[in-house]
Amino acid sequence: MSQIVSIVNVTKNYNLGKVIVPALKDVSLTVNSGDFISIAGPSGSGKTTLLNLIGCVDTATSGQVRIDGADTKSLSERQLTDLRLHTIGFIFQSFNLVPVLSVFQNVEFPLLLQRKFSAAERRARVDELLKKVGLDSHAKHRPSELSGGQRQRVAIARALVTRPKIVLADEPTANLDSKTGENIIDLMKEMNHQDKTTFIFSTHDAKVMAHARYIVRLADGKIQPANGTASAQSENHL
Amino acid sequence: MSQLLVLLQIARRNLFASFLNVIIGVIILGGTFFFVVGSTLLTNIDKSMSQSIIGSISGHVQVFSANSKEDLALYNDFGPPDVAAMPDFSKVKASLEKIENVKTVVPMGLNGAMLTYGNTMDETLEKLRNLIKKQQAGDHSSELKAKIESIKSHARQIVSIIQKGYDNQARIGKSNETKDSTAEKDLARASDPKFWQNFDHDVFQNMEFLENKIAQLVPDADFIYLSYLGTDLDVFQKSFDRMKLVDGTLVPSGKRGMLLSKQEYENQFKLKVARRLDRINEMLTQENKKIAKDPDIQQFVKRNRAQNQELILQLDPLSTSAMIERLQKFLDSKEKDLPKLLDNFFNTTDENFKARFDFFYKEMAPLVELYRLHPGDMLTVKAYTKSGFVKSINVKVYGTFQFSGLEKSALAGSYSLMDLMSFRDLYGYMTPDKLAEMKEIEKESGAKIISRDQAEDALFGGTASAEVKSVKQATIDDKKAMGTLKRDPKSGDLVSHVYTSDEINGGMALNAALILKDPKLIKQTMKEVQAVADRDHLDLKTIDWQKAAGNLGQFVFVAKAVLYAAVFIIFIVALVIINNAVMMVTLQRIREIGTMRAIGAQRSFVLSLILLETITLGFVFGALGIGLGAAFIGWLGKKGIPAANDFLYFFFSGPRLFPVLGFGSIAVAFAIVLVVTLLSALYPALIATRVSPLQAMQSED
Repeated sequence: MSQIVSIVNVTKNYNLGKVIVPALKDVSLTVNSGDFISIAGPSGSGKTTLLNLIGCVDTATSGQVRIDGADTKSLSERQLTDLRLHTIGFIFQSFNLVPVLSVFQNVEFPLLLQRKFSAAERRARVDELLKKVGLDSHAKHRPSELSGGQRQRVAIARALVTRPKIVLADEPTANLDSKTGENIIDLMKEMNHQDKTTFIFSTHDAKVMAHARYIVRLADGKIQPANGTASAQSENHL
Repeated sequence: MSQLLVLLQIARRNLFASFLNVIIGVIILGGTFFFVVGSTLLTNIDKSMSQSIIGSISGHVQVFSANSKEDLALYNDFGPPDVAAMPDFSKVKASLEKIENVKTVVPMGLNGAMLTYGNTMDETLEKLRNLIKKQQAGDHSSELKAKIESIKSHARQIVSIIQKGYDNQARIGKSNETKDSTAEKDLARASDPKFWQNFDHDVFQNMEFLENKIAQLVPDADFIYLSYLGTDLDVFQKSFDRMKLVDGTLVPSGKRGMLLSKQEYENQFKLKVARRLDRINEMLTQENKKIAKDPDIQQFVKRNRAQNQELILQLDPLSTSAMIERLQKFLDSKEKDLPKLLDNFFNTTDENFKARFDFFYKEMAPLVELYRLHPGDMLTVKAYTKSGFVKSINVKVYGTFQFSGLEKSALAGSYSLMDLMSFRDLYGYMTPDKLAEMKEIEKESGAKIISRDQAEDALFGGTASAEVKSVKQATIDDKKAMGTLKRDPKSGDLVSHVYTSDEINGGMALNAALILKDPKLIKQTMKEVQAVADRDHLDLKTIDWQKAAGNLGQFVFVAKAVLYAAVFIIFIVALVIINNAVMMVTLQRIREIGTMRAIGAQRSFVLSLILLETITLGFVFGALGIGLGAAFIGWLGKKGIPAANDFLYFFFSGPRLFPVLGFGSIAVAFAIVLVVTLLSALYPALIATRVSPLQAMQSED
């Protein structure tokens, strides 16, 4: 399998006034296409930072981040946005649906941004995904009319509708009860199986972690070598 | 396209998403409502007023001599405009009427004149003379003595009033010419208490002194100042559609004659008590005021009770008893004293006014002369000519007229109309022939005529010179000079004489009104007029009606300026408030915007999102405001806005304004909404594009 994410010697510092706070220290990680990976660690360990770097919403202070073969440092803001639009799907901890749009419209939204599908094509894709996440009967509802679990399903559908190569999920179950959370992870897993979409999600919930094929453990901005390095794990998987 | 659709959908659904949006909406709604109503009213007022002005005196374009010291202002607070004369109007007419768009050229001239109605001093002295004769015939009753004393004190009061007038003039430095004149000395003598103490020593000589020296100085209580427009009456009547005859007849073609302004006729020539009753009636019925509540009307009532002597003086013994009888019956009173009855009668209230008003006109008015002048009467008009002489002529008054829409305007409604021949006589313009004649007389008398303008220089410019002396001489010789110059004004001949239009056109005029065939081309036509005037060496200045209307034309301009200033202020305030509100709404949506950015929305998408939302908001509420405004105007248009006072009457050019909505107002309102919302959303929208996708990652709290 090809390397979809390649992170080499990445350091990320945040400037908080005059103090420089290191979030990631010399991290290297490779993710292969079709993986189902969990990034685990306590809060403040750098999980979100790592996900943001992979999601092209942030850039590294030093080191190299390559997503689907592109070095994010060499891309313009516009190109990064396009990379996010076409290559990456996002699932957020707080679902982040557009409140005034219906379930259908929320899922359709990235397709509208892509501007490459006809209305019929968009409808077909959205319907298909809504069926997959089990919300085809709720297409016309507004997010506020749905439960948390349902909302996260909509978010999953939205993340997958563009058929991205990577789906990033930052604590996707944090705002859900454990049973619903487990269902969501199951759904993600299923999608991973069906479409061979790469899933990378962060969590600090041990139960959720257990579902991952591999776990990258982070602490104090460093990958923990507890079960060997993450890249070694990936290689093992090969 | 589909992206735009989703943007619009988001915009539409976000309309009521925030309380702040409702605030923005209400501001826009109120602003557009105000603008549509305000601008529609102004446009309508502008239209009706400009029609009134154009259709009454000004015409579309005015021309006047380029040698004038000031610009022509037809409606001026300070009396007629000081413009130089156009020596030969026929040339102006011939040249300008050849221009394609010019329909008619109407000759004009504005001037003011005095009308004299007897002379209070003469009348008073006449009474005094009769009483004194009676006294000398042997009547030494105390009653007679009291009467004599009362009339004497009246005469003395008149003197003191003139004295005050002269003092005031001297104070503002106007009458230095008369400083050492005999008039001042005479006045000083007449105001001296000794003169009155010793009055009886030589009664007749003293009375003669007052008659000969003082009476002529009296700016009479019955002295009426009349503004008039001299014009070719035939052409005027055909050209100005707003002129409406009220009483009498039009001046027959080619004849000398006057038409009095109805307003002036009512104000100046009508019995004062009757005029006051009319005013009260007007205020009660048209302006919905109440006597009990309105101090102005109470004033009228009070004055009618106190100042009805004018009415009593008109009655001879027979009509006095008739009046008493009718009043007793009407008031169910046994009072025999007429002043007391009148006092009772004129003590009108809201309850009894209507009945008394009707009774006055039905039963009392027939016993008196309501007007001191009637259509068909001769009027003696006295005016200062350009060269400073007083000229007086008799003109027949054929009737009264008014300009529709300007009936109540103190400025525009006060002009009376006079034939051009009489106007020229009063204006005293020297034709070349007359000037030559005058020179002849000058040689004979050795006097030097100095015009008023030059006189000032002659008097104050330079050291006391021979010229000053000659001025004095000239004044002394005035009468002689004028006597030979004047054609004997046998009024009968002049009244019946019919002038040809060549005679009417072939003389001076001060200005001329141009009526255009197509008023829309006014700018272009004005250029043509100026070009033709320059080519033919007519020495003319050309101005449009708005400028010519002077102060009157400024009203609409000022009102418009006020509206636009108000709109501008509302505009700025709205801009600031909307800008703040949009900013707050945007800040509330940072996570939503961040999410969109993370998912892959470009900055331009976010920019259009915010702009489109605000514009949609503006258009929805703007349309609502415009709709409400249009509905309100529609309602007003059906009902009409009553002109609650004379000022509004003038503004509305009639008793009611029926506004009609114009497409322009709506278009401009939409344009304003577009500009305001775009401007106020621009900054928040730019801020929104700076929202990082990282913002999406932060948790809800």
